[in-house]
Amino acid sequence: MYTQGLDQAGRDAAGAAGEETAEQLDAFQARIDAEEKIEAKDWMPEAYRRTLVRQISQHAHSEIIGMQPEGNWLTRAPTLKRKAILLAKVQDEAGHGLYLYSAAETLGVSRDQMVADLLSGKAKYSSIFNYPTLTWADIGAIGWLVDGAAIMNQIPLCRCSYGPYARAMIRICKEESFHQRQGFEIMLTLCGGTDEQKAMAQDALNRFWWPSLMMFGPNDAASKHSAQSMKWKIKRFSNDELRQKFIDVTVAQAEFLGLTIPDDGLRLDEESGHYEHSDIDWEEFFEVIAGNGPCNRQRMAKRRKAHDDGAWVREAARAYAEKKAAKAA
Amino acid sequence: MDRNEWPLYEVFIRSKSGLSHRHAGSVHAADDEMALSNARDTYTRRNEGVSIWVVRSDRIIASDPDETAAFFDPAKDKIYRHPTFYEIPDEVENL
Repeated sequence: MYTQGLDQAGRDAAGAAGEETAEQLDAFQARIDAEEKIEAKDWMPEAYRRTLVRQISQHAHSEIIGMQPEGNWLTRAPTLKRKAILLAKVQDEAGHGLYLYSAAETLGVSRDQMVADLLSGKAKYSSIFNYPTLTWADIGAIGWLVDGAAIMNQIPLCRCSYGPYARAMIRICKEESFHQRQGFEIMLTLCGGTDEQKAMAQDALNRFWWPSLMMFGPNDAASKHSAQSMKWKIKRFSNDELRQKFIDVTVAQAEFLGLTIPDDGLRLDEESGHYEHSDIDWEEFFEVIAGNGPCNRQRMAKRRKAHDDGAWVREAARAYAEKKAAKAA
Repeated sequence: MDRNEWPLYEVFIRSKSGLSHRHAGSVHAADDEMALSNARDTYTRRNEGVSIWVVRSDRIIASDPDETAAFFDPAKDKIYRHPTFYEIPDEVENL
């Protein structure tokens, strides 16, 4: 259950660092090793709780900010059908953000706090949403590549050790498949169109390929949270393993479209059956994470404005609820 | 910090008639009516339900996980509540 009221009854104090005994930690790890799910009010190490709050809230923020690049094309979709589909997809992203905020709230962090952390820039969101959507083909590339990469990441999270997160991910994964397929279909339509349309699809692939690979995070050697998250079974596969899986399935899809992956070093290693690729430009990745990507400032400004512009709605709804409650009393 | 957020509601959905309501997640809403429509928009965008219950999270009374063992202990030693406890000869049928 997702209730917060009980968490406030001393739960935070009990979990405070320093009071964790070796017996408690061992018993917790034994539950994890036995593939038991941890539920909201169960005892957990403070570091486990903090890791989950950080990961789930970042994930939620990514869904919320992720509405912006696609929202950019809502009024300019080429047909009414595409517009209706894109609207439904953007609405799903909002829904995914809400499932995830709910899951994070079970850990004792408030929605207000998470929103405040996003707006202040303290909390991060996925680097991919700081890239612009310049053409309609970018909407296809986002569905195909960005949602495709997200699915690779998210399927293992359905088996995450924390119950509320795992359940939210199951719900999300069921919906993501539509997102990826609609994106691929946009690419397919463009690739079957005029030379200009196909060139537009190629251009979108060129711009979104590397940022999509960066979505999996730093190389394993440089990933500071990975080992502990794997031990706690929050993560099931390493960043590099998931990235490799994504490349392996995507190359054939690009070939089907007749598009070229923008990597001269890409080649199939017959022995391992995996594709080798050129080095990723990690400098670009860390710059985007640090707030210096092409659209970071624009995304944050728009989010803050939306929050501020909605303030009167939140206040009015509260005032109305209070008035109604007073009348009923 | 200042807690301005709307109250939290737990959402339970009956996916089709004949099945019981099942916990789906939670939503924030200013009042009961808004909780119901927020729950519909958040959790049933693909016809996942024919009925929704919402209840204020702070109205739910839950058992304490730290007391799980003691709380459920009374049922542990009553194996005679299970049909397999009783030894019936193989030749007796329909029992």
